[in-house]
Amino acid sequence: MTAAIETAGLIKRYGRRIALSDCTLSIPAGKVVGLVGPNGAGKTTLLHLAIGLIAPSAGGITVLGRSPAERPDQLGRVGFVAQNTPLYAGMSVVDHLHFGAWINPRWDQTLAEQRIGQLGLNPRQKAGTLSGGQRAQLALTLAIAKRPELLILDEPVASLDPLARREFLQGLMAIVADHGVSVVLSSHLVADLERVCDYLVVLVASRVQVAGEIEELLAIHHRLSGPRRDSFRPPADWEVIEQSDVERQSTLVVRHKGPVLDPAWMVEELNLEELVLSYMGRAVGNGSTSLKLAGVQR
Amino acid sequence: MIEFHLDSRSGVSPYQQIVRQVRHALRLGLLREGDQLPTVKEVVERLAINPNTVLKAYKELEHAGLVAPRPGLGTFVTVTLSDGSLAAHRPLRQELLRWLVKARRAGLDDESIEALFQDTFRASLDQDIA
Repeated sequence: MTAAIETAGLIKRYGRRIALSDCTLSIPAGKVVGLVGPNGAGKTTLLHLAIGLIAPSAGGITVLGRSPAERPDQLGRVGFVAQNTPLYAGMSVVDHLHFGAWINPRWDQTLAEQRIGQLGLNPRQKAGTLSGGQRAQLALTLAIAKRPELLILDEPVASLDPLARREFLQGLMAIVADHGVSVVLSSHLVADLERVCDYLVVLVASRVQVAGEIEELLAIHHRLSGPRRDSFRPPADWEVIEQSDVERQSTLVVRHKGPVLDPAWMVEELNLEELVLSYMGRAVGNGSTSLKLAGVQR
Repeated sequence: MIEFHLDSRSGVSPYQQIVRQVRHALRLGLLREGDQLPTVKEVVERLAINPNTVLKAYKELEHAGLVAPRPGLGTFVTVTLSDGSLAAHRPLRQELLRWLVKARRAGLDDESIEALFQDTFRASLDQDIA
């Protein structure tokens, strides 16, 4: 199966600022992918590269096997909902559907009308007077009615209250169940994505920290705690993501396939949020180290 | 028809929770042969979870020989687990309720009750093996 998104050494610079550095990913199709990272990590940059809104400074990206925006019909294969779900405030719900039908060759008017009905939206209401949750649902309806193979959503639930957030994700999951569309959605909160995603990409400080199937990621990461060991050298096949030592105890988060045999360690499983936080902590830690080095050089 | 619910603080993965809830419902006679499980779409629309999570749970139940898909219709229960012992459930439940009242009167909180039950349950299993 073709990958949903494939990148190799992808870089995006804005002047001297690096928004995305050396990003190499292979995201399989048929997944619901969570793109997680703090604000300013480069999530929107990566998504904008994927829809061809901006061009890479270096490296390559293919979406559904083709270069983004390579041909006009590529735009029809990818649905995109931008941050804050922009709509035309003065246009009614039904006008938005007409507009969608006019610009999209594969437009599915029945699907669009069905969803508007299920959501209980008044077709005559102006988009500017809809609630945040309703606006997000309308934007999702427009994106799915063009019958894309891949749906890209930039922080779709960030501005919604908990109830609207849940309703939005319920609607999104129903769409996935019905149409088998691949989804990439970004969020700065892991908790939003934990149940809906089956693939995760963690992006911090313009770099991909970890990517993979959530189930596999959870299986190969462990938290170890045991008596403090100052001269501890982890085995070659362990990758230590996080380490903290207090007076008598050492706690590690390690990436390692297979069992931890040393009985001195107590082994615990991590949940997704803990796993993401470990990687974020490591990335930020590295960042401050390089800042310190830069300071020394000056 | 049963409805699933998820406990996000249980530490048990959503897919395991669905498998368990079906197994429990079978044990308790809430589901019997021929009953339909909620469709994947119904479950994801209710719980806002990934459809693959539901599919995986149903696959596991299918492998265990408890349910089977009927193409175009949904997933159906293929066994009745509780027939023989179901009659005994009511009196046992009442005894258990009386025991729980006693435990609370003795000052045990929920966690202590669970711990005591689990511990006794395991000890009884060990005795059976020995």
